[in-house]
Amino acid sequence: MKPIAEAELHTYIDGGLSENARADIEAWLRSHPEDAERLRAYAEQNALLRSLYNPVLDEPVPAALLAVHPGAWRRYAAVAVIFALGIGLGWMVRGMFITTQIVPVSFARLAATAHAVYAPEVRHPVEVPANEEDHLVRWLSRRLGTNLKAPKLAPLGYDLVGGRLLSGPQGPVAHFMYQDGRGQRLTLYVSRQRGEPRDTAFRFSQEDRVSVFYWVDGNFGYALSGEVRREQLLQVAEVVYKQLNP
Amino acid sequence: MDRRLIIEHIPRLRRYARALVGDRYVADDLVQDTLERAWNKFYLWRPGSDLRAWLFTIMHNVFVNQARRRRYEIEQAMDEIPAIAVRATQGEQLELQDVERVLRSLSAEQREVVLLVAVEQLTYEQVSHALDIPIGTVMSRLSRARERMRQLLGGQTVMPLKVVK
Repeated sequence: MKPIAEAELHTYIDGGLSENARADIEAWLRSHPEDAERLRAYAEQNALLRSLYNPVLDEPVPAALLAVHPGAWRRYAAVAVIFALGIGLGWMVRGMFITTQIVPVSFARLAATAHAVYAPEVRHPVEVPANEEDHLVRWLSRRLGTNLKAPKLAPLGYDLVGGRLLSGPQGPVAHFMYQDGRGQRLTLYVSRQRGEPRDTAFRFSQEDRVSVFYWVDGNFGYALSGEVRREQLLQVAEVVYKQLNP
Repeated sequence: MDRRLIIEHIPRLRRYARALVGDRYVADDLVQDTLERAWNKFYLWRPGSDLRAWLFTIMHNVFVNQARRRRYEIEQAMDEIPAIAVRATQGEQLELQDVERVLRSLSAEQREVVLLVAVEQLTYEQVSHALDIPIGTVMSRLSRARERMRQLLGGQTVMPLKVVK
C-alpha cells in the first residue's frame, strides 16, 4: 500500500475526494489506526465548530448592517440620516428582512427537518407510493391550489418513491421523495410563499448533515434536500428547476 | 440587484466574523467595515465569479488591517503560551466552550484557515484565493491547527515553544 499524503487525509475529511480515492484512504485507515483516530478527531472538530457557529445564521441581521450603502452612510452621520428618512428606510429595511433573512433560512430549515424525519423511514417513507403517481400529483396539486409536477429524476439515477402532504407555516406542503440504487434519498419540499410573487436565485444551506438547495419561483418555494455533497445536489436541483420551468 | 446579491451573504459573513474574533459587537463591526469596503469596490468584482469568496477576501484584508492598526500582533502565534489541558477527563463529551477556547488559542492565521474550511466549507483552493496564500500554506496551516486542537481537546499537554515570562 502506498503511503497517503497528509493533504489527502484532510481532503478526505473535508469531502473533496472521488469515490476511488475515498476507498483508497479507507483501506489505509483500516491498517493505520492512529491516522484513523486522528481523522476522527478532526471530523469531530468540524462538527463542533459548525454547531458552535451555525446558530449565528439564524439571528436576525442587525439593521445597521442592512443599511450599509454604496457611498458609506456612516461617514455622513448615519444616525441622523436614518431618522430623516424615517418611514421610508424603515420600510426598506423591513422589506429586506422579510425577503432575504427570515423566510429563506427558516424555509431551508423546515425542509431539512422534513427530510431528516421522513428519509430514514423504512416502512412508511411516503403516504402515496410512486405506482399511484397520477393520484399523488392530482391530490397534492388540489391541496396546494396549483398544478404540481413530480420531476423525473431517473436520468440522474433517482426514482420517485412517492410523496406526502405536510403542514407548514404557510399551509399545506407537498413532499416528494426520490431514491437511488443505493438507497440514498432526496426530498423535494414545495410550499406556497407569503407575499408578492418573486423569483430568487438558488441558495444553499447546510443544516447539520442535510444539504438543502432552495429557491422561490413566483408564489412557491422549493427546497431540495439530501445527505449528499453540495455539487451533487446542485446538479439535481438544476434538473428539477428546468423541469418545473420548461 | 447588486445590493441584494451582497445582502444575501451577510448571515455567513457574520458567522465567519463571529468565529474569527469571538465578540459579537467586534464581529459585527468587522462585517460593517467589510460591507462598506465591498460597496466601494463593487466595480472590481467580476460578475459570475464567486461573490462569497470575494467577500471573504475583503473581510480578511479588513481584519488584517484592523489588527495592524490596533497593534495587535496577529503574527504572534499563541504557540508561545504554554498549552493547558482543557479537558478534565478523557472520553467525556467535548464541551463547546472548550472548543471555542481552543479555537481562540490558535494564531489568527491558523484560525482563519480552519474556519473557512470547517465552518464556511470553502474548498482549499477558495481559501487559498481568499487569503491570498499558496495552497501548500493552506494545507500546512490547516494541518497544524487541527493537530493542535486535537492535542488540546484530547487533554494532552503540548510542549510550549517558548515560555511566557
